[in-house]
Amino acid sequence: MSGMAEKDASRWVYQQPWPARKMTAPPPTMAASPLPPPDPQFVLRGTQSAVHALHFFGGARGQERPLLLSGSLSGLVHIWSLQTRRAVATLDGHGGQCVTWLQTLPQGHQLLSQGRDLKLRLWDLAEGRNAVVDSVPLESLGFCRSSVLARGQERWMLAVPGRGSEEVQILEMPSKTSVCTLKPEADAKPGMPMCLELWQADSSPRPLLLAGYEDGSVALWDVSERKVCSRVACHTEPVMGFDFDSQKARGVSGSAEKALAVWSLDEQQALQVCGTHELTNPGIADVKIRPDRKILATAGWDHRVRVFHWRTMKPLAVLSFHSATVHCVAFATDGLLAAGSGDQRISIWSLYPICRDASTPLLGHAEGGEVGAHALA
Amino acid sequence: MDPAQSAVPPTIREALRTLSSSEDGGRILSALGSLKRYLSGAESPAPPGEQEEFARRHFSDVLRCLVDRLSPGWLELLPDGQLEDLWASFFLEGPADQAFLVLMESIEGAAGPSFRLTKTAQLLARFLRAGRMAAVMEGQCRQQAGPAFPPLQDALLCKAVGLPDHLGNRLRRENLEAFLPQNYFPLLGEEIVRVLQALVDSLRGGWDCSVSFLSQVLGKACVHGRQKEILGVLVPRLTALTRANCLWQRVCWRLVECVPDRAMEALLTGLVEAASGPEVLSRLLGNLVMKSKKAQFVMTRKILFLQYRYSTPMLQSLLGYLAMDSQRRPLLIQVLKELLETWGSSSAIRHASLPQQHYVSKAVLICLAHLGEAELRDSREDLLASLMAGVKSRLDSSLPAVRRLGMTVAEVASARIHPEGPPLRFQYEEDELSRELLALAAPPPAADSPSEASPAVAPVAAETPDRGSANHGVPQAQPEATGSDLDSDDELVPYDMSGDRELKSGKAPAYVRDCVEALTSSEDWERWEAALRALEGLINRSPAAAREVSVELAKVLLHLEEKTSVVGFEGLRQRALVAVVVTDPAPVAEYLTSQFYALNFSLRQRMDILDVLTLAAQELSRPGRLPKAPHCGSPSPASQPSSTQAPAWRAVVEERIRSKTRRFTQGSARRGPDASPSEFNLAAGYFFFPLIRHFDRPLVTFDLLGEDQLVLGRLVHTLGVLMYLAVNTTVAVAMGKALLEFVWTLRFHGDAYVRRGLLSAVSSVLLSVPAERLLADLPDELLEARPWLADVAEQDPDEDCRVLAVKALLLLEKLKGTLLPLSSP
Repeated sequence: MSGMAEKDASRWVYQQPWPARKMTAPPPTMAASPLPPPDPQFVLRGTQSAVHALHFFGGARGQERPLLLSGSLSGLVHIWSLQTRRAVATLDGHGGQCVTWLQTLPQGHQLLSQGRDLKLRLWDLAEGRNAVVDSVPLESLGFCRSSVLARGQERWMLAVPGRGSEEVQILEMPSKTSVCTLKPEADAKPGMPMCLELWQADSSPRPLLLAGYEDGSVALWDVSERKVCSRVACHTEPVMGFDFDSQKARGVSGSAEKALAVWSLDEQQALQVCGTHELTNPGIADVKIRPDRKILATAGWDHRVRVFHWRTMKPLAVLSFHSATVHCVAFATDGLLAAGSGDQRISIWSLYPICRDASTPLLGHAEGGEVGAHALA
Repeated sequence: MDPAQSAVPPTIREALRTLSSSEDGGRILSALGSLKRYLSGAESPAPPGEQEEFARRHFSDVLRCLVDRLSPGWLELLPDGQLEDLWASFFLEGPADQAFLVLMESIEGAAGPSFRLTKTAQLLARFLRAGRMAAVMEGQCRQQAGPAFPPLQDALLCKAVGLPDHLGNRLRRENLEAFLPQNYFPLLGEEIVRVLQALVDSLRGGWDCSVSFLSQVLGKACVHGRQKEILGVLVPRLTALTRANCLWQRVCWRLVECVPDRAMEALLTGLVEAASGPEVLSRLLGNLVMKSKKAQFVMTRKILFLQYRYSTPMLQSLLGYLAMDSQRRPLLIQVLKELLETWGSSSAIRHASLPQQHYVSKAVLICLAHLGEAELRDSREDLLASLMAGVKSRLDSSLPAVRRLGMTVAEVASARIHPEGPPLRFQYEEDELSRELLALAAPPPAADSPSEASPAVAPVAAETPDRGSANHGVPQAQPEATGSDLDSDDELVPYDMSGDRELKSGKAPAYVRDCVEALTSSEDWERWEAALRALEGLINRSPAAAREVSVELAKVLLHLEEKTSVVGFEGLRQRALVAVVVTDPAPVAEYLTSQFYALNFSLRQRMDILDVLTLAAQELSRPGRLPKAPHCGSPSPASQPSSTQAPAWRAVVEERIRSKTRRFTQGSARRGPDASPSEFNLAAGYFFFPLIRHFDRPLVTFDLLGEDQLVLGRLVHTLGVLMYLAVNTTVAVAMGKALLEFVWTLRFHGDAYVRRGLLSAVSSVLLSVPAERLLADLPDELLEARPWLADVAEQDPDEDCRVLAVKALLLLEKLKGTLLPLSSP
């Protein structure tokens, strides 16, 4: 036990490199008891409406801090500088309709935004531009977020909810040619697709699509053969969000019900449920695994963000800051966590810093932690 | 007699005359030599018949004469201390009892410090060193054959036991080490063992003898309070000697049996204390309790019921002794019945002190552990009846310690007495005492554990494998756990997640009025709970709004029932009520105090009222509360963030200054809180007087002076606290007067909790009312209170009461101290 306490102490000190500057920093002796619930590192305000999509952009090479993109209920996309903590630009391209999905492409500074105006816009953000360069019409009124598969090639693949209520359409971009439509067999009746994820195993050239459906099942599609490889019922309520760790072939999904489901994919490309994890309150709007696959975060309808250990699914933290449903969470490559909520705020958290080199902390986020963030709220 | 006296052999007469008058060394030497022939073991001895005759008739005369002649000049009549050696040899080699008596006589007869006294004392020390005391006692034990000399035996007994006292009186500062009681009595013990050894040997040889003189010595020593010294030596030796020897055991039993009744108690308590367990006690005492009424009384009544100073191991060996023999077991059952009767008697509960109740409880549990089921079954009805009566009166008590004692004993005892019945289970927190009691209830280890040393060894042996396995278990488990973690570097430490509760949907009312409505009429339990949770904050945030509905709100809260199992319902309700009272003290306190004496409330609610009033009074009288109040009253949200941040900022700066500043002395660096009028000043009367007014009017459902004494105790405590909090208020004097009168009427209350409350109330009057006013307005009350306090401090069975009374008396003394300098000039 004493060894454990020492470890705690060292970690605590490590997380707070300059405790003297943080007036709220508790004395190191506190480490013996559980760490007090964390506070957000800072909070972004000014979207003027509920935040429904978040995406970190850039910062991968570590020389500069990433930008944060947020999509709001009022149809605006804000681009936030994490340096100045101000919005540097606002993109208005969805006619006042909610922006539900944001994704940047690896090549160039291109941004995809999906809106409830049934448009998917492609923006050019290079060199301070913010112009719509292309637009894809959508035909589904659902809340299903699209997915891209781009590996730095010229051509990339896009999965969007299709015309029929149960269909998923695969497009080849930028030509916008329809590759195929993935339609479940007639007797399956999984309901609408709720979330999509295109991916491709390193070993195989065949693109695969994971889709969460309204009936709570998750299905794996082989895109080129247009057939379902495997389908497993994870929830009794619609799947609201999932994330898949292709390296461990394991995914986690959240739904309207009171549990998270963890499932895995075996060599025969069969999905099976590994287990479920009970939550305090029902409703998960979004699930994201951190790029280093250490932790995952869920956006809860109970206003809270929950952080779990990805390998063991041990609960690590409950971040209660928001006063309305949390709609989306996002991780930056440097480990920063952002959560967007119906209370029009975006909270930024720095938990369990990623350390690639054990001797030097990768992140230096502790500087200038905003004191009294709650008081100003 | 006459013919015998006339038949004094001429040689002896001649020698005596020479001794008493002659100054010639040679003649004295030859006279002593002729006398020495009559002592046993001399060269060319006289015929045995004459020797015996000499010892019986003339020896003490010779010795007296020798002592009389003792002086420095006389001793120097012959060179080289020849005469002294010869002189001493008469005492050390002659019949011991006479030598001892003559020595003691001469020491007691000495007028003051003198050469003779010193010499005789030294001789007596030599006498003791030479083990002649054994000879003295042995002589008495063997005298059965001859005519008994009761006066001589009594004299010997007195002198043998009283030796340290006599010598101490006579020698004073010149007393010798050997005569100090802590040295003498162990020696006496050793001597008794030697005599016993000799007696056992002679019994083996077929000789008859008696131990009654030894018993008398032992008994008298114990009566003199020297159990520890003498038994500390005797018991271990006898324990060892009686282990496998029937003869020794019987001698030992006889030894204890012959102890006179008046010494029995002293001896038995000493024995129980010194014996290391029931087996030893059983070996030493045999069936003494069956043979001697006195012993039975001491063992089964006096030690158990009339005294309670003995330790638990003593109780265990005593009751274990009763349990060890089939003849004695009926006695144990009898004891258990009587113990339980005492345990169950309500008057005993009221009048016995807590330690004594613990003592009796322990004895009950030990008895139960020793008795078998069949034995218990026969008297189950009686036992259960007394047990249940005791449990009932204990649960009625207002002292938590008594209640807990009742619960613990009831659980254990009912399981033993009535094992087939449904088990009795109480909810109580375990403490040291209840654990001790539970441990006692475990059946004793097998009675045939052979050696006395084993109890000390066995637990250690039993514990070590346990601890060892536990120690092995942990390190084994840990590598396994971490071993399954392939990459142990990412041991992420969870944050505190205790705040993760189920989300109550946003139904919390935003206004105090909405809360009232939600609490009274809502069927939506989530809303009801949210209202209850929000209430305290809302009241504090908008006191003006709360004041409009304050009494109504208090009524609602007071009648609120816990309809759903809300976590922390009691606390939420209490805090909300306190907030209401603090916001609007006078009307709400008036309402609450009127409800305290109203019909149709449960005791719980009445006690809640008292708690709320106490807490609210505390809050109101808290110094430094007032400056915050206007701040809350006028909503100024803009100023709030800065005001919350400024202290943090200042704290940091001050902390930094403090860390950089070196102080050489501890001055008064800290400023006390700013002085401000107590808010309680205006409201104290509303809190206090309605509560004190109606206490003696019983209602149908509520009788403070009758069986609802728990509430009365709480009321008295509350009044005391209110009095204390009313310090520096203008009504304090009136309150003090009323409270002292109230205390006076209740001062002989039977319940200890009530009496504690009364005593603390007196103390708070003394603390809160200014000294001059006390003297001017309440002199009679104080005068009356003083003897009562002194009486309680001395005689109350409850320890806390005694302590509180002493504290109140000290306050009175202090008061006198402050008043005297005022009045004397």
